[in-house]
Amino acid sequence: MKILVCISKTPDTTAKIAFTDNNTKFDTAGVQWIINPYDEWYALVRAIEIKESKPDTVLHLATVGVADADPIIRKALALGGDEAFRINLDGADSFQVAFQLAQLIAKGGYDLILTGKETIDFNGSSLGGLIAGINDLPYISLATKLDIADAKAIVTREIEGGEEVCEVNFPVVVSAQKGMAEARIPNMRGIMAARTKPLTVVEPVTQEPLTSVTAFELPPAKAGVKLIAPDQVEELVRLLNQEAKVL
Amino acid sequence: MSVLIIIDAAEGSIKKSAFEALSYGADLAAQLGVTATGVALGKTEGDLSALGQYGVNKIVQVNGDQARSDDPSVLASLLTALVTREQATVVVFSHSLAGKAIAPLLSAKCKAGLVTGAVGLPTTENGFVVKRSVFSGKAFAHVRIDSALKLISINPNSYKINTGGSAATVESVLLTAAAPRITITKKQKSSNELLLTEAETVVSAGRGMKGPENWGMIEELANVMGAATACSRPVADAHWRPHNEHVGQTGIAIAPTLYIAIGISGAIQHLAGVNRSKVIVVINKDPEAPFFKAADYGIVGDAFEVVPAFTAAVKKLKGV
Repeated sequence: MKILVCISKTPDTTAKIAFTDNNTKFDTAGVQWIINPYDEWYALVRAIEIKESKPDTVLHLATVGVADADPIIRKALALGGDEAFRINLDGADSFQVAFQLAQLIAKGGYDLILTGKETIDFNGSSLGGLIAGINDLPYISLATKLDIADAKAIVTREIEGGEEVCEVNFPVVVSAQKGMAEARIPNMRGIMAARTKPLTVVEPVTQEPLTSVTAFELPPAKAGVKLIAPDQVEELVRLLNQEAKVL
Repeated sequence: MSVLIIIDAAEGSIKKSAFEALSYGADLAAQLGVTATGVALGKTEGDLSALGQYGVNKIVQVNGDQARSDDPSVLASLLTALVTREQATVVVFSHSLAGKAIAPLLSAKCKAGLVTGAVGLPTTENGFVVKRSVFSGKAFAHVRIDSALKLISINPNSYKINTGGSAATVESVLLTAAAPRITITKKQKSSNELLLTEAETVVSAGRGMKGPENWGMIEELANVMGAATACSRPVADAHWRPHNEHVGQTGIAIAPTLYIAIGISGAIQHLAGVNRSKVIVVINKDPEAPFFKAADYGIVGDAFEVVPAFTAAVKKLKGV
C-alpha cells in the first residue's frame, strides 16, 4: 500500500495578520511558519499510524512550494514518512497547486491520498476535491475516521447532524479533520532520521491559475466592549434587545 | 445564460443556507441580467415553486437515483451536464458539507475558478471579483475569477434572505452520470438539535464551568433563547461535551447573530472560530480574559450567578 500525504506551509495560528504592498500581500515579517495543523495532526499522523500497523506501507509526503518550505517538510518527515517531494512552485491558487499534485499522484501510483480539511490561511477546503476531480478519483471529504480492511478504505465522514461510514476501493482521496488522530510531537530519533530522508525537488508543469487575489482587507476594529455589572443582567438583556436588536 | 444555485438539502429538507444561496444567486443574476435557476438534487419536501420568494425565476429538479447519490463525484458529474444544458456562467453553492464536497470536483471537471467562503456579491468593474473570508475570519480577500464559468460557495449566515418574489417555474429533468464508487454502510444521526452552523444564537461555555455536571444552566439559557450550544476546545478534549460542539480553529467556524461565551478565556484559536459573529457577549470572572477585547458586551462576574439571572431576564423579556 502506498500513501501520499499532501502538506502545506501556513502561518502559526497566533501569527499577526497584516498586509503590505497596498494590501495585496500577506506581511510575513516576524511570522512563524508551521505545517498546516489539519495536514499534520490528522492526515499525516493517521498515515503514520497506518504505516505502524502495516509496516510494508510506503508513505510519501508532498508539498507545492519554493525552497522556504523545506524546513516544514523536514519537520513533517521528523514525525514520519519515508520520503518527500517538493514541487518547486509558488502556487497562486488551489487549482494550480492541485494540478501539480495530481500529476505527481498520477505517476506515483498511490492508493490513498490524504489532505487536511482546509489550510488555516486560505480556508479553501477545496484541494482534495480538486485533486480527485482532476484525476477522476473518488473523494471523501471531512473524514473523522479512516481504517483499511480487505484492500478497501473504511471512512467515517461528517454529514449534517451526524456521521456516516463509507466504503471505497483504492485509489481514493480523503480530506481529514478532527477525530482522525491525535497530535504528536517528533522525537529526537525522528528529527535525526528526517535529515537524511530523501527530499526530491520536482519541477512544476505548466498550468495557469484560475483565480487571483486582487486585495486583502482587515475587518473593522470592534468599538470596544460595553461592560455591565454582574447584578445588572436585566440591563444586558435590554441592550441586546433594544440596542443590538439581536434578542 | 443563467446563474445556477445548488439547493442545500439534508434528507430532502431544504436548509436555511439554501435560502441564503438562492437569494445571493437571484441578486447576482439580476446584476448580470441573466436567469436565476435553483437546482434541487433528488426529492425535496414542499412546493419547489414557492422558492421563487427568494427571487429565483426557475427551479430545475433533477430526478433519478443518481441525483440522490451519496457520492459527490456523481453529483458533480450531473451538475457538469446541467451547466451545459442551462448555459450557466456562474454556479452558487452553500459553503456547507455538501458544497465543500461537490464544488471542488465541479471546479476540476469544468476547469472553472472556485471561490469558497464568499461573504458578498461579486463586483464586475475590474473583472469578476468576489470577497471571501480568509485567515479563519481574521481578514478578507478579494479574489478575481478568470475562467469563463465561475463557481462561488457562500459562507453560512453571511447573506440576507430575500422575501416577496413570485412563484418560480419548476422543470423536472433526468440526467445521466458516472456510476457511484462510494458505498454507505452506516448512518448515525447524533441528534436532531439545531445545527450549530445555522443557529442565529449560540450559547457557548468553557472550562470556567468546572465540570460537565454544570451544563444544565447552559442548556437552560440556550433553551429559552432558542439557541444552539457550543463549547471550547479544552471542554471537548476533556469529553465534558461532544466534539461536534467544539467551535474554534480546529473545531467548526460559526457566524451567528449573537454569540454568548461563558467561562471561555478567548484564546486566539477560539476567536478564529467565532470572530465572524455579529454580536459577542462575554461572561467571565477574570477581567483580564482576552475575550473581552473581542466582545461587544461583557460581564465580569461568576457564571454560576450570572447565567441563572440571564435565563430569568430572558424569560421575563419573552414573557415565559
